[in-house]
Amino acid sequence: MDEAIKKKINELIEKNDVCLFMKGTPDAPQCGFSLAVSNVLKHLNVNFKGINVLEDNEIREGIKMFSDWPTIPQLYIKKEFIGGCDIVKEMFEKKELQTKLSEKKISYKN
Amino acid sequence: MSIKQVELEKLIKQSIPDAEVTIKDLAGDENHYSATIKSKIFNGKSKIEQHKIVYKSLKNKMGNELHALSINTEEV
Repeated sequence: MDEAIKKKINELIEKNDVCLFMKGTPDAPQCGFSLAVSNVLKHLNVNFKGINVLEDNEIREGIKMFSDWPTIPQLYIKKEFIGGCDIVKEMFEKKELQTKLSEKKISYKN
Repeated sequence: MSIKQVELEKLIKQSIPDAEVTIKDLAGDENHYSATIKSKIFNGKSKIEQHKIVYKSLKNKMGNELHALSINTEEV
């Protein structure tokens, strides 16, 4: 993939401990799946950065290659790809997401 | 931008022959589906790897002909 886009994505996930590539913004998600992940993070009071891929087509297409994952949203925690909507929801329900946040030393509230 | 439910099921089974597939057309528009897939192929793999196997079975349809697919994979 394009090195410049790769660098841009790397910078985003380095700068933001919890980084959600999504359609729309955390305040106004533009897709049900992005809404769901955003709501899980809000519910846990996690401080996260939403990257609106609808505003940047290079990132929208680039993140799919970067993660080898064809859909949006995509959640990164401390540079680790966690998954898309189904995985994040399932991890939340099984408390695995909370465990992951603790392991990564990200503060949250139950 | 749509795909028939039977075609979706066929694609998954082509790549994952032992798959037990249950598909629901969530909105009745051939564009928003949920799929529950049980297979031995998922055993011992992470959720990310499991979902990637499903995405790969759909070739490049995900995000193109197929707008939304909620995936639930189960080990056997």
